[in-house]
Amino acid sequence: MYVASKGGENAINAAHKLMAEARRGDPSVAELSVAQIREQLRLAVARVCAEGSLYDFDLGALAIKQSRGDMIEAIFLMRAYRATLPRFGYTQPIDTARMMVARRISATFKDLPGGQILGPTFDYTHRLLDFKLAAEGGEAAPAQTAPADPTPPPHVLSLLNREQLIEPAGVAAPEDQAAPPDLTRSPLELPACRALRMQALARGDEGFLLGLAYSTQRGYARNHAFVGELRIGMVEVEFDIPEIGLTVSIGEIEVTECETVNQFTGSKTEPPQFTRGYGLAFGQSERKTLAMALVDRALRWRELGEDDLGAPAQDEEFVLSHVDNIQASGFLEHIKLPHYVDFQAELELIRTLRREAFERRTQNQEAAE
Amino acid sequence: MTATQQPDATATASDSPLWRERAVWFSELAKADGAALNQLWADFGINPEHELLRAPEIGLVMARGRVGGEGEAFNLGEVSATRCSVRLLGKYAGVEGHAYALGRDRRKAKIAALCDALMQTPLSERVAAQILTPLYVKRQAADRSAAEKAAATRVEFFTMTRGED
Repeated sequence: MYVASKGGENAINAAHKLMAEARRGDPSVAELSVAQIREQLRLAVARVCAEGSLYDFDLGALAIKQSRGDMIEAIFLMRAYRATLPRFGYTQPIDTARMMVARRISATFKDLPGGQILGPTFDYTHRLLDFKLAAEGGEAAPAQTAPADPTPPPHVLSLLNREQLIEPAGVAAPEDQAAPPDLTRSPLELPACRALRMQALARGDEGFLLGLAYSTQRGYARNHAFVGELRIGMVEVEFDIPEIGLTVSIGEIEVTECETVNQFTGSKTEPPQFTRGYGLAFGQSERKTLAMALVDRALRWRELGEDDLGAPAQDEEFVLSHVDNIQASGFLEHIKLPHYVDFQAELELIRTLRREAFERRTQNQEAAE
Repeated sequence: MTATQQPDATATASDSPLWRERAVWFSELAKADGAALNQLWADFGINPEHELLRAPEIGLVMARGRVGGEGEAFNLGEVSATRCSVRLLGKYAGVEGHAYALGRDRRKAKIAALCDALMQTPLSERVAAQILTPLYVKRQAADRSAAEKAAATRVEFFTMTRGED
């Protein structure tokens, strides 16, 4: 129960002023600029854009500054901002096969067309703190260069697909496919199609997806995933421009795509085939898309004729209802707000229950004597 | 369709598109670096008389992906975008120009819409030479640099010979 109450206004104003001062920190230390956050905390910005479900690195950086680095608070700011803007429309689906790759690796094939391109990665680093970074003014050595192959590398799984060793990538969609469902326009309905699950997972919490994906690796609906391919890079965004009647690229966005190769399915009529899991997210979001691919694969048990093992990662209702960190934190954190009246009622109740219990005990004792 | 994406190792002004198709110039303007377009426009020096059909407006497009890269489409998330529409007055009265570009750069959207309009007038060759081609060359150089840095991280496997023979 909520009732209007007064008296907090001055305290709230003072708290917000204090928060602003605390956000600035020691004024003798130079203030962070939004551009510095955008350029130097790029993976944090990518996460805020992916889970805020709004691709805009400047806004992501601003949100991180405003939230003092609280990522979920920053994601909340992005969601709130997007709600204020008009929607121009839906883009054509991005074509990740034409990605200009900054990184592209496969754990399943050593030699593959286009090669293994490590890109800017933490893999193979020693995870030792680098105290050179603590010293200011150090310029990074320029990156090396090598002649680049102008053809985009083909999707690794298409090589397996050629021999039909793997299932096709989703249902081949005719161009006039009905509009895929949109969580931002209509509430989640279950059972969800794969397109709706994808949208929910793409904007879902990385930590939640990581935990679920790890649970499948530990045996809760194990699906034996190999990273068939992980690629990061820029893709074109094509949009139908109504004013000129043409479909035109209106810019590029950075995305991460992960495709897993998983264990087999087959039937009396179909020979065994590898199956797939898929992950896609804004920015350089490797862990997120890998976890997403494992969870996507686990959620497909029914479609692939597998057993329901009762594992959390297989439970669509459980996964999709809890994957959104803004919904989750909204409900979780609202219990910090005043519930004085609710609690008064609870107090009344417990006093009554205790009085009754006490009276019963006294009566029982009297009866026994 | 859009101009090719992949970096051209020898991109120069002579490799640039011929700027005959509206989709090609429309897209080049959309991808332009805002500061670069602003400077090129200032250097171009012609600010045609015009009215705003739609003042620069910031909004969103919902980007879609495909499951497995080629399967069913799904909604990935929104991207900020800006659009603007102008109509020329005076000498080229009635010519309309439009712009859509990712990001929230209002000034860029307005200049892009004016360039789109001028590309439909006898000034098109000048716009192409003084604005579009320099944008193309700059973008190709940036793409090439990024691709060459990525290429340097490509793994070159070699096999160690073991044993006697």
